[in-house]
Amino acid sequence: MGAWLAIDHLGLTEGGTNIIDDVSLTLAAQRTVILGPNGAGKSTLLRLIHGLLHPGSGRMHWPGVLTQAMVFQRPVMLRTTALANVIYGLKLKGHTAAESEQRARQALARVGLEQLAQRPARLLSGGEQQRVALARAWALEPQLLILDEPTASLDPASSREVERIITDIAAGARILMTTHNLGQARRLAEEIVFIDRGRVVEQTPVGQFFCLPQTGAAQRFLKEEIP
Amino acid sequence: MISRRLFCSALAAASVLAATASTAEERYITVSSTTSTEQSGLFGHLLPAFEKTSGIKVRVVALGTGQALDMARRGDADVVFVHDRAAEEKFVAEGFGLKRQEVMYNDFIVAGPKADPAKATGKDILEGLRRIEAAKAPFVSRGDKSGTHAAELRYWKAAGVDLDAKKGAWYRDTGSGMGPALNTAASMNAYILADRGTWLSFKNRGDLGIIVEGDTKLFNQYGVILVNPAKHPHVKQADGQKFIDWVVSDAGQKTIAEYKIGGEQLFFPNAQR
Amino acid sequence: MHEFNQPLITAWQLVAGADARLADIVFLSLRVSLSATLIACVAGMPMGALLAVGRFPGRRVLIVLFNGLMGLPPVVVGLLVYLLLSRAGPLGRFGLLFSPSAMIIAQAILVTPIVAALTRQVIADAWSEYREQLRSLGAGRTRAAATLLWDGRFSLTTAALAGFGRAIAEVGAVMIVGGNIDGVTRVMTTTIALETSKGDLPLALALGFILIALVLAINALAYALRGWAQRKWG
Repeated sequence: MGAWLAIDHLGLTEGGTNIIDDVSLTLAAQRTVILGPNGAGKSTLLRLIHGLLHPGSGRMHWPGVLTQAMVFQRPVMLRTTALANVIYGLKLKGHTAAESEQRARQALARVGLEQLAQRPARLLSGGEQQRVALARAWALEPQLLILDEPTASLDPASSREVERIITDIAAGARILMTTHNLGQARRLAEEIVFIDRGRVVEQTPVGQFFCLPQTGAAQRFLKEEIP
Repeated sequence: MISRRLFCSALAAASVLAATASTAEERYITVSSTTSTEQSGLFGHLLPAFEKTSGIKVRVVALGTGQALDMARRGDADVVFVHDRAAEEKFVAEGFGLKRQEVMYNDFIVAGPKADPAKATGKDILEGLRRIEAAKAPFVSRGDKSGTHAAELRYWKAAGVDLDAKKGAWYRDTGSGMGPALNTAASMNAYILADRGTWLSFKNRGDLGIIVEGDTKLFNQYGVILVNPAKHPHVKQADGQKFIDWVVSDAGQKTIAEYKIGGEQLFFPNAQR
Repeated sequence: MHEFNQPLITAWQLVAGADARLADIVFLSLRVSLSATLIACVAGMPMGALLAVGRFPGRRVLIVLFNGLMGLPPVVVGLLVYLLLSRAGPLGRFGLLFSPSAMIIAQAILVTPIVAALTRQVIADAWSEYREQLRSLGAGRTRAAATLLWDGRFSLTTAALAGFGRAIAEVGAVMIVGGNIDGVTRVMTTTIALETSKGDLPLALALGFILIALVLAINALAYALRGWAQRKWG
């Protein structure tokens, strides 16, 4: 499989700190998980790729334009029904009302929330809200789904459900995500990108990363995270 | 989404309601007048009688005489009904008014603390004022270019008191209407020149009573003037003239004479036809 | 205590007696101030939202301006509107002076900065929370402003109420542009001012109590509605 994104000497500086420090990276895997300690620049890198932030230097090369969607650690729900939240994203992409509603209902069904479609989104549990967020992203049928710590604020049962949905989405879209849950990374990833202090330290297939990490930083990280 | 549509249509409905409410046109004229005629209750008595015979509503904006004339100069009134002869004649001379007609008079009184520390009690307004100044007793002035204020300044001048030289802490220039000035005088226990109508209908007198009254100099002439349509073409000339004609007519004059507070007649019709 | 007992009794008698003149005055007060608030919301809320999410030259100046104009003196607004609407003024030919419309215009001008400034605060808070999500979904700034206005509709009742409170309580502007004409432009506050002028302090205070009760009732209603809506929508 060819690369879908080539990042070339990317940098972002804020307040004198290099948050992203000369990152060059070629992404080709279907499911990539970015790992790294707190403050390593994982979320920032995702936002640069998604276009929410603009790099201070370097550039990104997309061999083919990919439609994107992003799911955040804390789902932002509008004060309306779950269904209308999903429809909102579709309408912004220019779909008609009828088509939006049909696709939104399908997306909610795929995340197992068709029963809650008419419920106020803000009154759903954290896990349910994150699933609505996934449905909202999924309904857009993105070619690349970016997820920033999608299960960090969820209980284990909700996390497993979210993980299952991500696996389903991955059947039709590239996945690029960050997580603190190494088990999740092992289950979901094909490839691991390990970054530390704004730099890419290691990029390896998932099996190799967990058994034979190439760098000392990655070894220390794994030791600390898995006691 | 349904609730959103509902919300928007409710908003639209409310806007329409706000815009259209009570646009039903009625026939009316606007009269700029003084607080004394309004607050004494004369208009409440006089206008319904006119409205009944003519079918024309009278909208009164009550201000000081100076303000009332300025308002008419800007074209915001059809008729002025005020009490400052010099200012009224100037208004007509400038071409803003057609003709000044005298309607009625009332009189001014000097109110003050019943104990009368300045010993100003009597019939002579000029002597009274001189004593107030001599005692440096607190005196409240309207200070608002109203007819009453103009009259007060005339009396001081006639009494030979040079206010610019003698003004001190005792002379309180309040820049307010008759009622607020009376409230101030009542709370300070000060002397004040007031029109009898406002005084009689004024309820918060505190320790104040009438100190000077009955001097012919205290008579206060009211005039009525139609605003010149040549200056302001939108002036309702016909209806305004109807009002003026009625006020100086026997019926109007009789209605004015009939207005009493506590059995006391407030305004004395003296129109000359 | 007598000073306050008599007005309370008078107030009760006026209300219980369903005084028709009082009812007209109360209705006119509500009509003028609610209309002015409505106009201020329609104009001020989008302005506030765009100030919160927008990036355009002069934005900071406008924010300071609106915050400052929250303290606009009613008399000054009244005077400006008077000069505008006066027959000798630029809008004189419409003949709006001394009409409820003139009062609505003056109060709307008075209240719009309040609504805009408070809306901007509410929307700016929401924007920092929603920003990435809305941009990710492809919402432009104008669309985002509209979304945030809709989403913040319950919190924005506070801005509307603040505006309404200011409108119904002010006397300076409506006195000048309305002229306090009996039966036409006489509202609660101008009636209170008039009765104070006439030295009838108990009646003035009684009317004041009724005005306060009215404002409290409307606030309580809005508060209850907002609470209900928030429980319903989170």
